Order: sequence, then structure tokens, then C-alpha cells
Amino acid sequence: MKKYMIFGLGFLFSALTFAQELEATVEKDTTQLDEVILIGQRKLSNYRQEKTLSSIDEYLEKSNKVTMIKRGNYAWEPSLNNMDSQRLVVTIDGMQIFGACTDKMDPITSYVDVSNLEQVSIDSGQEGTENGHCVGGGINLQMPQSKFNGSGLKSSVDLGYETNGNYKIAGLELEYVGNKFYVNADGIFRKSDNYDAGGNKEVLYSQFQKYNVSLQGGYKLAENHVLDANVIYDKATDVGYPALPMDVSLAEALITSLTHTYKNDSTTIKSWESKLYYNTITHIMDDSKRPDVPIRMDMPGWSDTYGFYTKATLKENKHNILLNLNGFYNRSLAEMTMYPNDPNQPAMFMYTWPDIRTLYTGIYAKDAFALSQDKTVSASARVGYHQNTVAEEVGLESLQIFYPDMDDSKSRFLMSLSADYKVKKDSYDATFGLGYGERAPSVSEGYGFFLFNSFDNFDYIGDPNLNNEKALEANLAANYYANQLKIGFETSYFYLTDYIIGEVDPSLSAMTIGANGVKVYQALSHASIFDFYVNATYNISEAFSLNGTLGYNYGKGSNDENLPFIKPFSYLAEINYTRNFFNAALQLDGNGNQTNYSSYYGENETAAFAILNLNLGNVFYIKSNKMVLKYGVENILDTNYSTYSDWNNIPRQGRNFYMNVSFVIN
Amino acid sequence: MKLKYILPILFIALLFTACSSDDDENNTPPVINEVEGLTKIQDIVNNNHTIELYSKSGHFYTGYNNVSLRIKDNTTDTFFEDVTISWMPVMQMPTMQHACPYSAITKAPGRDTVYQGNIIYQMTNTDGSGWSLTLNYTIDGTDYNVTDTITVLQYENQNVTSFMGTDNTRYVLALIEPQDPKIAINNMKVGLYKMENMMSFPVVEGYTITLDPRMPGMGNHSSPNNTDLTYRSADGTYQGNLSLTMTGYWVLNLKLLDATDTVLKGETVTEENPQSSLYLELEF
Repeated sequence: MKKYMIFGLGFLFSALTFAQELEATVEKDTTQLDEVILIGQRKLSNYRQEKTLSSIDEYLEKSNKVTMIKRGNYAWEPSLNNMDSQRLVVTIDGMQIFGACTDKMDPITSYVDVSNLEQVSIDSGQEGTENGHCVGGGINLQMPQSKFNGSGLKSSVDLGYETNGNYKIAGLELEYVGNKFYVNADGIFRKSDNYDAGGNKEVLYSQFQKYNVSLQGGYKLAENHVLDANVIYDKATDVGYPALPMDVSLAEALITSLTHTYKNDSTTIKSWESKLYYNTITHIMDDSKRPDVPIRMDMPGWSDTYGFYTKATLKENKHNILLNLNGFYNRSLAEMTMYPNDPNQPAMFMYTWPDIRTLYTGIYAKDAFALSQDKTVSASARVGYHQNTVAEEVGLESLQIFYPDMDDSKSRFLMSLSADYKVKKDSYDATFGLGYGERAPSVSEGYGFFLFNSFDNFDYIGDPNLNNEKALEANLAANYYANQLKIGFETSYFYLTDYIIGEVDPSLSAMTIGANGVKVYQALSHASIFDFYVNATYNISEAFSLNGTLGYNYGKGSNDENLPFIKPFSYLAEINYTRNFFNAALQLDGNGNQTNYSSYYGENETAAFAILNLNLGNVFYIKSNKMVLKYGVENILDTNYSTYSDWNNIPRQGRNFYMNVSFVIN
Repeated sequence: MKLKYILPILFIALLFTACSSDDDENNTPPVINEVEGLTKIQDIVNNNHTIELYSKSGHFYTGYNNVSLRIKDNTTDTFFEDVTISWMPVMQMPTMQHACPYSAITKAPGRDTVYQGNIIYQMTNTDGSGWSLTLNYTIDGTDYNVTDTITVLQYENQNVTSFMGTDNTRYVLALIEPQDPKIAINNMKVGLYKMENMMSFPVVEGYTITLDPRMPGMGNHSSPNNTDLTYRSADGTYQGNLSLTMTGYWVLNLKLLDATDTVLKGETVTEENPQSSLYLELEF
């Protein structure tokens, strides 16, 4: 199956990057520390990715390790190893990009669409530090590789409709591939009304609308040299957030890059890729559609990032070496203006992110050494210099209300180390890894100024003097193959010190009307996070297969309180029927009762649930053209449920009939 | 190998886009203006001299007024550099008249002809009328005086308050700083004066004023790291830290405590009592 997936896309990848050559490029349902989710647009995959026009969020949600935190029907926040944005490094093709919303309403995964990407690589823990420092792991959204195979003009049209929420999707892609250059243009439009939870209960403010256009082109300068340019423009308007007190009237991103690639199979340096990039995000929160709010407010935010990386892969004897030098400069600014109900009073203004400039430069090195044909030991390290500066004098002075002695800048030295050992035999494979990593506090954790969190109903204040959060981790994964059965498990344990989390400061007075109080970001002396997944696949026949996964997660802080957003016991079972031109899958997806919820951090117990989904797909060939049809029913039993990762327990979608159709015209 | 040429070009291009030149220099020599940044309130004229009154706004307002003045010789059109001046603001009420707290007048630092002092008008009539200002001054051993009516406008917020303490003494309390409040820890300075009689308002020393700033428009929330105002003998004011976490309308709730910590005026802010009876207002 793995081979099918990879070779099926093979013509798209003129070459895999070195990093993927090193890792086993595994397909999403296996239990492995490194996952690669193929954005299999217009492919007939028989696994969990049913819809060709799924959003990136939906793709990520199918991964074992990733859970999406939902504040609405759009812009879900990925969480990996039970750790979310600030503990992960999420990049687009190695490019750093930071959301502009103080309330995490715009994870960067919301600024790209499936049409922009080829695959997503998910690396757990310190395996994920190629592009930056993290404790939880790395998610890299990869754009398509350049190609010069002279395949000429190709176009495709995608249309999708879902009954729940009257969700309409349309996409168009045009591509010309010559021998010296190629150009690819695509656009996608999505619009959904409010969706209905189980039992036809409309979830108000769950609508969204967005479009995304991208242009990518490349020119072959010489035999081994390629220059690529890429521009993505993504604009979402009228996005509702049912779990939050505010919506979004505009979330806009412009993502640009220029890449030079050198590739040569006959030299020690196999590839050398350098990229310059710039991206800018504007995010405008809006409460004008809400009839009843204690006070009207505007909360715009901006984030601009300039950066570069240059990375090389080398192969010498049994060494596979990857070097990556990167750097970025980010500006994050957010403000809040509140309009008093008494019109005689002036508007109230504050900087919630007081123009924080982050400068980072670092270097990453990894060596995979082949001990023998089937045994590999690898080690990696990243060191970096990280500096935050408060550029806005007003912002610095406002933070000095809380920290009178704080300086306008703070420098940190960050380090990450990891090592692993892999064995791959015909009947089994296993990986054992150890890692140590550090991360700097995020802009909100370091410099946030009265950021209201509707989850625990507290205002949050950052602390610029927080220590780096550190994680010591161990992981183990193994798979056993016997005839038609594959059984595997994977487990990770993280021991985090100086674990950053908000703690109540009873001496402070809440700014937000109705808030319970103020929390200040502080560090728990330590915290533990553990996860364990077991997965089994059984191929009953050529066409039928069974697949099941069980997951267990645990997280506790040194204050003996459960950590928030720790996934309860989860399970997934599916039966697949696969032929060349047709597939079908029936899935059972559920969670156990969230018994270890964190009341201390504002969680309540989420009840167990289980839902049933049915997915069907057909592919038709008409001469050289192709049509892919995907259709099915999600939540067949119209269960009304919410999961532990649904912000303020907003219920998820009820029964939904969907159909996606793609035409590929060669 | 073209790569080694391309990469440097890319990086150089990046560096250059980050640079800009801005060498505009102002070559005009600075004109020394003794009343730079000040606006004239009015001229008070007698036979010999014109007394020019200035402030930042160009108006007298209720509350604390920092006033600059200079005296012009009407015959030579020059300003005197060595004069002794005192003043007396008086408000004419229907049945009586009274003065208000004011400071002595001294030479403005770094100025040759400009003198300054402050006046705290605790009240005014709605049309700005009622006040007059008398100036007594000495030039080269000769005494002069002049009196004229002035206009004192009602300031939009309560920046001064006149009240009776539990010790049966009438006090005037005025906000002196911050004049330009910031989202920051501001140095707050108030003047506290006792009404000894209708014409005498001496500074009160050694009391304490507690401070609790609140935003009534936003759930009446407070701010952290405020300090009580204590007496500073250097300039005869009460000073402390005032934290303002955002712009907007703030009520500075105060309590006046005498030297034995007896509350003379004001109450603690609670859920039931959202505002002290002793307060100042601030808006920015």
C-alpha cells in the first residue's frame, strides 16, 4: 500500500528531499514517529482521507498524532503529542510564518489550502527541529517540487458540495510543464453557512468563506540548477467562531518565496537548496455580528516575517548528512480598541502584542549513519540564537506596569539534540529515540497584555523573564509484519521542565467584563506527557482490509494537576474495500470518557462518543482524461457530540452527505 | 558552477532592500523663542507695562494651571529680565469673595524674561466669569500693580475637588501630574491644600492619599502596582505611582488619611460601592 501511494504520486516528485529519504516515508496509518500525509488530491486512496477537497485541517486530523483544537468550523489549531502551537514548529516548506491573532484564531495551517501543497510531514518531538526549536514536534507543509518533464498543458477542475452547512467548494488548476520551465496556477473557493450539530441543532456563527490563489513557476538555469518562485494569497472573510465571543472579518495572508536548488547525484553534495521568503498576515477580529456583547471592540493583528534558509544534503560512504542554516525576523503587533457603552467616554486602547520583533538564527545538522543494511543510527542537533525586542515604546511601558525592571530586549540561546536507532527487517521494524530540546516562550507567553481566553475565562498576561521551556523525551515504536497482519505500537514520554502555563494571580483585576480574573504565564517546575498508540491492519483479501487504532494519553504537572487538552482514550476501527476503480470504507471513530480532565485549568469532563462514517470513491478514465468521484456520509447516526478538543464544548457536525468531483484534463 | 554567484546576489539583494538613506538635515539656525510651545492666555495692561500670560493651552481651566508670564515695557517693547512678582487670584461670589491655592512666581529655568508659577482654580461660573487676577511686581525698586478679570473655563473632567473632611476642615485637592498620561506606570502628583480662611490655602503636609484607579466603562477594573501618594517636601506635593493599562476614561478613587491614618474623606471601592466620594478623573 505504501508503495502504491508513493509511486502513485511518483511523477509529481522529481525527487524527494533528503530529509524524506532519511526517514522512512511512511503513509499515514502506520504507527511511526514520523508521518507523512500525502495531500492526495485526485487520488483514489482507500484510507481515511476520503474527500479530495478536504481542508488542510481535515487532512491533519486524520493523522494519529495530530488532534485539531476547534473554535469553530474553520482554522483549527493542530496539536501534536498533546502540545499545541507554541510548543510546535509549524512551517510552510521550511518557511517560518506566525499567526497574527492573539487568541490563536489563525493557526498558520489556515493560510494554505490543499491546492498549495503536496504533502505534510509530521515529526514527533525533537525529530521535528529541522526548521526550528520545539518541544512537541514539527509540522512542515510542503509545496510541490519543481518538474521539467515536458508534459505540457494540464488542467483540472474540482467541485464539492456538502449538505451540512450548505458547504460549496470550487477549485481550478492550470499547469504548463516544459523542459526548461513550468508554471502552475490554481485557485480554490470555499463557502459554508452555519452547520448543524446532531439533531439538526444549528450552531450559530459557524459560517466561513475563503479563497486561495497561488502561482508557482520554475526555470531550469542549468542542468543542476533550478530557480523557483512561489506566491500564495489566501483570504478568508466572514469567519464565525461559535466558541468565542468574537468572529473574524478578515484573515489575509501573502506568502512569497524564491528558491534556488542545486542537485547532483554524482557529487558528495547531493543537493543544496536556498530560499528567501517573506510573508505578511493581517487578521481582523470583529464582533459586529453578535447582537449582545458587554462592550464593542476591534482587535486587529499583524504579523510579518522575513527569512531564509540554506540547506545541503551530503552523502559520503555510510553517512547521510543534512545541514540547514536558517534565520528569520518576525514582527508581531496586535491591538485592541474598546468602545464604551457611554458615548461620552473615549475609546479605550491598548497593545495586546506590543510590536514584538523576533530575530532568530540557527543551524541544524543531522547525520544518519548506516551501521548495516538494516540498521541506522542517527543524531541531530540544532543550536540557535533567539532575540525578542519590544519595538513599541508604548508597549514596553505598558508591560513595565507588571515588570518595572524589564528591558526592551531579551536574548536566548536555544539548543536541541536527538539521537535514534532504527532497525528494519522483513518481519519487523523498530525505532528507539532520545531527545532534549528547548523553546523560547511565544509572543503571547512572553509579551501578551490582557489576552482574554474564553476557555477558562481568564485574562492572560505574559512574562518576558520566563525561562526557556525544556523537554527530555524518549520514544519507541515498533511494527511486526506477519502474512496479512501488521501490528505496531508507538509511545513517547516527555518530561518537561519550566513548563509554561497560566496561573491565577489573585491580586490582579480582570480587564475583560465578566472574566474570572487574571492569569500570568508562569513555569511549572516540571510536567509529564505520555502517549501510547497501538495499531493493527489485517488484509482479509486483496480487496478487503481491516484497520484499528487505540490511543492513550496522559499529562500531569508538578502541581499534581492534570494538564489541559490531553486526549482521552481514543479508538478508530475501519473496514476497507478497494478495487482499482472503486473503494469504500466504513469507520467507527470514538473517544472514551474524559476522566482525567483538568478542572484546575478550566476543563470540564467531555462525555464518551462514537460516530460512524461511510466513504465511497470512484475513478473513471475517458481517453487520457480522468474523473475522480468521492462521496459518502459522515456521522451517519447524527450523533450530537463534542470532543475534548472542542473549545467550550461546541458540538461537532451532525449527519453530513458530501460529494467531491475532480476532472483532470490532460 | 553558477550557484556560487547566485547565492551572494540573492543575499546582497536582500541586504539592500533593508537599507534606506535619510540624510535630510535641517540647516536653518534655531531661533531662540522664550515662549516656545506656549500659547498666550491674555495681556494685562497698565500705563507702563504689558503683562503677557501664557500656558500650554492658552486658557485658564479649573484645576491646576502652570502659568508663564513676562512683562513688557510699553515704551521700548522689550521684556524685563529682573523683576519680583507675586499674584492673587480672587473669585467674586454673590455675597463674598475667596481666593484659591497658588504658588510663588519664580524665573523659569533657562529663560531670561519668562517667569512661572501655578494656580489651582477649584471652581468657576459656567460662563467662565467670576475670577480676577492681581499682579504686584517690583522693577528697579519701584512697585507696580495691576488687576484685570480673567476667564476660567470648566475643565471637562474632575481634575480638582474641594471637600469637607471629617475633621471639619475644607480641603482642595488637585491633579498636577500626569499631564500627558501614558499606558505605563505614570508618576502621579497631586496638590493638597487646606482652606485656612477665604484667602489662604496653605499646603497640607504629612498626610497620605490612597489610590485605586478604575475604569467604569470596562467592568470597573483596576490596575496593578499603584502606590499610595505620600508627601514630598521638595515641591510640596503628594506623589505615587499610577498604572494605566489602557487609554480611555479612568476614575482615580482616593482616600485622604491624616498623619494618624484617620480617614478624612473617601471610601474603599467594592462591588457594592463602585466609586469613592473622593476621586479625580482622567481621560486620554
